[in-house]
Amino acid sequence: MARYDRAITVFSPDGHLFQVEYALEAVRKGNAAVGVRGTDIVVLGVEKKSAAKLQDSRSVRKIVNLDDHIALACAGLKADARVLINRARIECQSHRLTVEDPVTVEYITRYIAGLQQKYTQSGGVRPFGLSTLIVGFDPYSGVPSLYQTDPSGTFSAWKANATGRNSNSIREFLEKNYKETSGQETIKLAIRALLEVVESGGKNIEVAVMTKEGLRQLEEAEIDAIAAEIEAEKEAAEAAKKAPPKEK
Amino acid sequence: MKLDTSGLESAAPVWGAPSELVDGFSAAPSFEVPNTTDFDGFQKEAIQMVKPAKGTTTLAFIFKEGVMVAADSRASMGGYISSQSVKKIIEINPYMLGTMAGGAADCQFWHRNLGIKCRLHELANKRRISVTGASKLLANILYSYRGMGLSVGTMIAGWDETGPGLYYVDSEGGRLKGMRFSVGSGSPYAYGVLDNGYRYDMSVKEAAELARRSIYHATFRDGASGGVASVYYVGPNGWKKLSGDDVGELHYNYYPVMPSTVEQEMVEVAGA
Repeated sequence: MARYDRAITVFSPDGHLFQVEYALEAVRKGNAAVGVRGTDIVVLGVEKKSAAKLQDSRSVRKIVNLDDHIALACAGLKADARVLINRARIECQSHRLTVEDPVTVEYITRYIAGLQQKYTQSGGVRPFGLSTLIVGFDPYSGVPSLYQTDPSGTFSAWKANATGRNSNSIREFLEKNYKETSGQETIKLAIRALLEVVESGGKNIEVAVMTKEGLRQLEEAEIDAIAAEIEAEKEAAEAAKKAPPKEK
Repeated sequence: MKLDTSGLESAAPVWGAPSELVDGFSAAPSFEVPNTTDFDGFQKEAIQMVKPAKGTTTLAFIFKEGVMVAADSRASMGGYISSQSVKKIIEINPYMLGTMAGGAADCQFWHRNLGIKCRLHELANKRRISVTGASKLLANILYSYRGMGLSVGTMIAGWDETGPGLYYVDSEGGRLKGMRFSVGSGSPYAYGVLDNGYRYDMSVKEAAELARRSIYHATFRDGASGGVASVYYVGPNGWKKLSGDDVGELHYNYYPVMPSTVEQEMVEVAGA
């Protein structure tokens, strides 16, 4: 036990936990991820780096489900993510077993955040280098939720949020353009936000949609179609901006 | 023996040992085992020695308006009646009741502990725990103490989001969901009256009367049951105690003394 009491995460003289802040840096280098909550739907979108030619892209799913009604996307160290996701999946089933009820989104977010916090206050371990976006529907109330956790172990609920690379730009875009939407409109908003920082195209982003019925991963073709719609709307807006001065 | 003090533990463990981070599961309570040639036989004898007969009558049933819970109030130690005024219906929280049969201390302690867990669940999750969840928590705890001499035969009755709920939980680790249960040495007698008179569409008054009568008949025939028949009703707004009648007096309600005609009167004989 003596070997494990050298803590890695300690306070600096001015009150910072540098290991946690370095973990946040690792998150900032990870792929962009965005989540948008609608009235009857929650959408997750993740930037996909172009797959190597020989790689089987199906084995690199970035949006995973924790249970039938909860899904997770993350930015940061993917290997850490795997560990966290496995523990969360076990907790979802354990909860079902002990209280015969599926977890609420808030409960599992609290669990994951608690886990991330534990690793900032124990000896011999480093914090998890990832932030997660957790979406889902609460089992009885049917209310959609979007939560975010980070390496320090804090979590909060969001109407829309982004994490990973260029998350500030995405968040700025969302703050400007967010409004209560539902169904297809929410999906479009999420993809528009992601396309602010990612090259357009179905093969560069992965999008999944959570409804009361469950999680659905969008096909490349679908994403391409929506991206094309967005492009067209953008061009129409540009054209409309240029037209009025001439008419005057 | 390690008691279940999870309701009293503080948040952070002092020794942040890595093993705690790796497993999700904590060890089950256990105690040292004696060296005997026939351990199974020894276990059986030990269980027989500590197993009280669960001298009591408790019952509960679900009907259209909610759940009716009733119990007697006698505590007996063998042939000695130690108390006629034991509270056998335990108030876990304002919308959930538990009944006591078996070891009084075991029932009281574990119901209190369950109340703590239910409250902690409410605080953590911002919503009440379901009757299903509460009964499962209790059943899991009792299962982990299986074979160690606990004697608990309880019914958890309550009203939650899904409506009225009734579960039977015992110290063997069993847990059953049902519409009608009776537990204790007087339960066969109570079942006879309860099963005969039960209908799903009863009013609260009718159901209360059925529960009261069932307890009365059990106390009449079973020596280990008696005292006061308490009847509680659990509805959408929580539980409410409806009545607590001494079974001696109830007897005369059901079998009033009929005045009989006197055929021959005894006359005082004057002198010796």
